[in-house]
Amino acid sequence: MAKIGVFTCWCGENIARNVDVEAVSEAISKLPGVACSMDYKYMCSEPGQSLIASKIKELGLTGVVVASCSPHMHLNTFRKTVELAGVNPYLVEMANIREQCSWVHTDKEVATAKAIELIGMAVAKVRRNAALEPIKVPVTKRAMVIGAGVAGIQAALDLAAGGVEVILVEREPSVGGKMAGLSETFPTLDCSQCILTPRMVEVGQHPNIELLTYSEVEKVDGYVGNFKVTVRKKARYVDIAKCTGCGSCWNKCPKKVPNAFDYGLGNRTAIYIPFPQAVPARPVIDADNCLRLQSMKKGKELCGICLKQCGTDAINFHDKDELVEYEVGAVIVATGYKLYQITKEQENPKLQGYGEYGYGKYKDVIDSLQFERIISASGPTGGEPKRPSDGMTPKTVVFIQCTGSRDNAKGITYCSKICCMYTAKHTMLFKHKVHDGEAHVFYMDIRSGGKMYDEFVRRAIEQDDAQYHRGRVSKIEEVMVDGVKKCRCYGADTLTGKPCVVDADMVVLANAMLPSSGVTSLAQKLSVGYDGYGFLSESHPKLRPVETNAAGVFVCGACQGPKDIPETVAQATAAAGKALIMLSQPYLTREPEIATVDERLCAACGACVKACPYNAISIEEICDRKGNLVKMTSRVNPGLCMGCGTCVAVCPSKSVDLIGFTDDQVYAQLESLLD
Amino acid sequence: MNIGYYPGCALHGSSADYETSVRACMKALDVQLDELDDWICCGATAAHSINHKLSVALPARNLGIAEKMKLKQVFAPCPMCSMELKKASDEIQASPERRKEMEEIVETPLSGAVDVWNLVQVFQEVGYDVIAEKATGKLDAFKPACYYGCLLTRPPKTLKFDDPEDPTSMEELLAKLGAEPVEWNSKTVCCGAGLTLCDEQGVAEQSYKILQDAIDHGANCVVVACPMCQVNLDMRQADAKKLGLTKDVPIFYLSDLVSMALGIKGKQLGFGKRFVSIPKEMKEA
Repeated sequence: MAKIGVFTCWCGENIARNVDVEAVSEAISKLPGVACSMDYKYMCSEPGQSLIASKIKELGLTGVVVASCSPHMHLNTFRKTVELAGVNPYLVEMANIREQCSWVHTDKEVATAKAIELIGMAVAKVRRNAALEPIKVPVTKRAMVIGAGVAGIQAALDLAAGGVEVILVEREPSVGGKMAGLSETFPTLDCSQCILTPRMVEVGQHPNIELLTYSEVEKVDGYVGNFKVTVRKKARYVDIAKCTGCGSCWNKCPKKVPNAFDYGLGNRTAIYIPFPQAVPARPVIDADNCLRLQSMKKGKELCGICLKQCGTDAINFHDKDELVEYEVGAVIVATGYKLYQITKEQENPKLQGYGEYGYGKYKDVIDSLQFERIISASGPTGGEPKRPSDGMTPKTVVFIQCTGSRDNAKGITYCSKICCMYTAKHTMLFKHKVHDGEAHVFYMDIRSGGKMYDEFVRRAIEQDDAQYHRGRVSKIEEVMVDGVKKCRCYGADTLTGKPCVVDADMVVLANAMLPSSGVTSLAQKLSVGYDGYGFLSESHPKLRPVETNAAGVFVCGACQGPKDIPETVAQATAAAGKALIMLSQPYLTREPEIATVDERLCAACGACVKACPYNAISIEEICDRKGNLVKMTSRVNPGLCMGCGTCVAVCPSKSVDLIGFTDDQVYAQLESLLD
Repeated sequence: MNIGYYPGCALHGSSADYETSVRACMKALDVQLDELDDWICCGATAAHSINHKLSVALPARNLGIAEKMKLKQVFAPCPMCSMELKKASDEIQASPERRKEMEEIVETPLSGAVDVWNLVQVFQEVGYDVIAEKATGKLDAFKPACYYGCLLTRPPKTLKFDDPEDPTSMEELLAKLGAEPVEWNSKTVCCGAGLTLCDEQGVAEQSYKILQDAIDHGANCVVVACPMCQVNLDMRQADAKKLGLTKDVPIFYLSDLVSMALGIKGKQLGFGKRFVSIPKEMKEA
């Protein structure tokens, strides 16, 4: 006979304000099978939990219903409570009378009646709950980190220091990401290269890290603890084991193309390393621009200078892409960001571009990352501020914040978070190099939350004399003033209420941050969710900020949302920590609430196979002892199933059921509601 | 092709030369204009500033007339008119209540099925290539600065016509007809005509800036598709000269240039009514 204990929580005033908890408790006590019905102010607190435990022992309860908040919040808490009191943790049900009742209703009478119904349903269900055991799955003690910017580097080094083997995958020829191209960093103005390059060297040398540059994730199979990731190692045309990085090849290569690392401001050769501090310091050949590789398509063999220059026979024009499979237990995604481009053609049709800023046709209107290169000692101008159109040293520079960000008309509603800070930094760096220069900033609000951040912005304004104008620039025109090309910025200063027109030698746009290209297809391979912009979704914004809803996949850095370097590094360490915790277990336990197929009934129609979003179901053969085929059936891989229940809904023969949410349980809940 | 024609007050008044030009041009392109019977004011600009309902009802009546005449499209050469008509049409289609209310006010059924075109859109419907084929002369004497003003492309949500910040549809047409349109900055800047009565100096300065920008970028004329822009830029040149305008800039309607390419002479296009005299080489293609 069922002996159910029901424990109704006041949640301080959260529930009690709109639900008459005592009346609920009284009504529930009369339900069949309910052995006790209690209420308490904070059921999740120590006295609340003790109350549950003592009633279990006193009455020998066979099931427990806690009527309080969402199971997302405290189901695990109460499962532990009953487990310690000797009851199987899967014999607990929660009735959510807070988020789904007291918080959304104002009429106390209605809310009280609804709470009674919700709890009644939970009682009906828990009476049919079975004692379950968590599923155990083995763990491969190796992790893959995707993306080797500062986030991926930090995560890889932390994992490696924790004794875990790491496969670090980077699609560019070198590690370093965006940070390797920055000049100096806020709020300390220490040089980005000095902070990052030693760490880049470290990932290149660490015995626990296998570095795969110029490589991309092609395919992901398997499940938490046991992923099989196929990586495409793109043809490099240079054998990095033989190459010494001497540089004679790229010094003699005749073909010059814009260098993506300098955002098109400088040139590189067709065989190149993106920047001198690259790791590995080994070149790649850009096949689209290499004269030899292009001529080979037409059956000729032109150029080949690098081949002649190479003293170690490292050049191989017949190199091919290679697919390699890696088994890993955890995956950390650290794919970073790119900037909103103001051009007319946009990758995402929601984005508009900036026709009023000339859609990028004015050479001296550049974005913030280009400006970083211009003032970086390793940049195309050697750190001399020179404008792209004619190499003139700009005297007046206009900085426009929120280009794209917080502007629904341009397709982006969010704040990119770091632009206020780096713009203040840009004004300082510019003024430190051009003492008689003028730095004008157009801003909407200055958002400088962070340790020493607001002080930094004040310093730009007060010590370095940056001119801040609160307002937007509505239009940029290229005009000639006394024979010199100027970018005329038509702005407004909303504090003085006057139009503000500045003739600038150069304009720097603080473009919005977007997740880097290709992140959504990677997310689909990993079954990780993402928002409308492509930022990856964390499992819980506060309590599970680096986990994702795909077990064993973690996120860190700007692929999850705009953030600065300190926050990125902190998150990367957090992701590595979470992965280390997971990989340090002898085996993983997974929730047992997964789909199961009644193989006697299954007709192997395959509807569930197609419906499953996690590729967890396959069609298998059932054979007799002699190996003769008896029948076909679908079968669920318990390691992959996430318990979503889609297969249950589509099965035409009702031969799939979801453990813990069986049809029997769900119908009992409905009957309780409709009685 | 025959389409509904809504001239609006300007084309029957101060900008009668625009109507002359439009009619000549459409005739040459075999586009028959069926003028709306008993049309009324579109409401611009007074109505939408003071009474929203009125600003929908006035154009709605004109749309109702077009429906009665079984017209599928209405061509309004003035961009203010076409914008008001389009806005009313959108609002009637978006809300059944609004439509019912308007039907009661204007006492005629409104299905909202009438499309509204401006001058450039009519040319687009005819087809730039068709026009180019019909052309008998080349516009090689013209280096126009194509001027869209504030209204031809705005508000973009209503008009959904060309790029609101960097339109190019006039340039594309004129280039096909042999002209050499210039790249310039003031394409979508307001000409200031709305301030004609209250800030004469401001309007003069605005006109000067636009005209000088056209000259500085190598244009020898400005081409517009709006009666207000035309009259304003044409009439203000004496004032603009006082502010430093370096030379006369003839202001043409887009239909003038298309007409000339089709072999029509300036005399038939109302050139006699223009303030800035038009040089001989620009009087025919």
